[in-house]
Amino acid sequence: MTGLFSELSKRGIVLLVLLLALMLAAPFLANDYLLTVLILILYFAFTGQAWNVMMGFAGQLSLGHALYVGLASYVAAALFVRFGVGPWIGMLVAVPVAVIAGAIIGFLAFRFRVGGVYFAILTIAFAEFTRVGFDHFSYVGGSGGLFLPVSQYTSNDLVNLRGNPTMFYYVILAMTLGAWLLCRWLLRSRLGYFWQAIREDEDAARALGIDTFRCKMIAVMISAGLTAPAGVFTAFYYNNLFPEQVFNMGRSIEIILGPIIGGVGTLFGPILGAFLLTGLSESMHELLSWLGLDVPGAKAVFYGICLLFVVVALPDGVWPWVARKLKVTERKVTERKP
Amino acid sequence: MTASGAAPLLKVEGVSRRFTGLLAVDRVSFSVPPGEIFAVIGPNGAGKTTLFNLIAGVFAPDSGSITFDGDAIGGLPPDQVCRRGVGRTFQIVKPFPGLTVEENVVVGALLRRPDVDTARDHAHAVLRRLDLFDKRTQKAGALTLPDRKRLEVARALATDPKLLLLDEVMAGLRPTETDRMVGILRDLNRETGLTILLIEHVMRAVMALASHILVLHHGATIAEGSPQQVVRDPAVIQSYLGAEAVH
Repeated sequence: MTGLFSELSKRGIVLLVLLLALMLAAPFLANDYLLTVLILILYFAFTGQAWNVMMGFAGQLSLGHALYVGLASYVAAALFVRFGVGPWIGMLVAVPVAVIAGAIIGFLAFRFRVGGVYFAILTIAFAEFTRVGFDHFSYVGGSGGLFLPVSQYTSNDLVNLRGNPTMFYYVILAMTLGAWLLCRWLLRSRLGYFWQAIREDEDAARALGIDTFRCKMIAVMISAGLTAPAGVFTAFYYNNLFPEQVFNMGRSIEIILGPIIGGVGTLFGPILGAFLLTGLSESMHELLSWLGLDVPGAKAVFYGICLLFVVVALPDGVWPWVARKLKVTERKVTERKP
Repeated sequence: MTASGAAPLLKVEGVSRRFTGLLAVDRVSFSVPPGEIFAVIGPNGAGKTTLFNLIAGVFAPDSGSITFDGDAIGGLPPDQVCRRGVGRTFQIVKPFPGLTVEENVVVGALLRRPDVDTARDHAHAVLRRLDLFDKRTQKAGALTLPDRKRLEVARALATDPKLLLLDEVMAGLRPTETDRMVGILRDLNRETGLTILLIEHVMRAVMALASHILVLHHGATIAEGSPQQVVRDPAVIQSYLGAEAVH
């Protein structure tokens, strides 16, 4: 375990433990409203982390991650509603479905050398026509939506993900922690180095013997598969699914804003970005309603301003700057005896 | 088959490549025996880099064959050519700017090493050889040009090539930096027996390193031989070196 956290300074480890303790204690400290905000934050931290594998690690820009969330939501929800299959078994189906969707997009793009902006457009296109498809997919309710039986908040059933916000909070917290550990391991693996090489310069990566097609395929498939549990989670948390909402491009954009603001390619960026963005926008919403103001589109404007600020002032994201200020990372020195 | 001692490590036979109207490489043939430092020279636009890209797999030759270590490699993609033992540098250097110098070289070292720790040990050895060890924690994007050129060589070298293709690694270097690079390459060749094929404009480096020179002009070979033969060749003087180069 010491090796796993070797790049964190003592101070960084202390802060990490404190943060984790605070997160674990949150349901006892926060009211119900605050808890739902925290759930939303962790949802964005989780999906941002998954998106970051593709864009931050391997340099492949996806603007259609709502596709993987939506597919997983529908698969798990349909299995539950139609066959009474629980969400954890549903996850075993939903994750492969998302992985296959990612593999199809990846194969078409990388096999036919669709890169950069065109790749991003392809990811949007897939999310969009899936949305249109689900609008007419009557087996899962079409555009009228798919609904899960709403549970009583008095009893918690972890097996069927029926319960109160506290249970959902701990589920998404565990998922986010798991995603963070997985991404951490991936980034420092052999594959992580190859991904970063591809991100930095694909021609140079190929010249060093890296099978870039294979590595990019793995990145898309892991990113899609890692996104899927968030879809299963939201289906059971919100209990309703509308194609118009779950596959909406706005959802895809919301997923990527956190990591961009926090720091693309970093491990804490997606988490910090989610806290900043969702935390601040919810605070603003509260402030506006306390002032009795109804400002439609205020959230979108706020996101725009955040993005503008980060792009201009901290193009690497907020996290690298925070990490320097807090001195949480050791200077990266791998000393070896000569 | 010419009856020259050892089998050549690289054998290029009648290779051509056309880009729409332009015949960039025109039926070029040569052999590089193992352990040799072989230079390709010629004026700008002579087809040197295209020839390199044909060997390294960036382009497939329109005709002709390329044999490396006994296997036909013409038309293989770059990553497979590299895996067979051909390392290359780029004329316009392509470091991974956001990664550290060490991480850049670790990427190369990982080709033949299963885990990051062993790759890092190997990368350190390579970095020491290229005088970059002290700069290993710097971001590659922050290096000066001479350092980037050496990083380019280090990264290719970390893949344990049998043949190293160097595309103008001396270009833009000051004479002292050129001598430093020449020294490094000569030591590498002597100590490890590494075969080197280099494109170079800096004649000072070519004369110091190469045991054999091929001269290209308009895509075709106009001369080939030892450095002493080539610099006295009238066609080479006329098309490339210029009359005043030979006193």
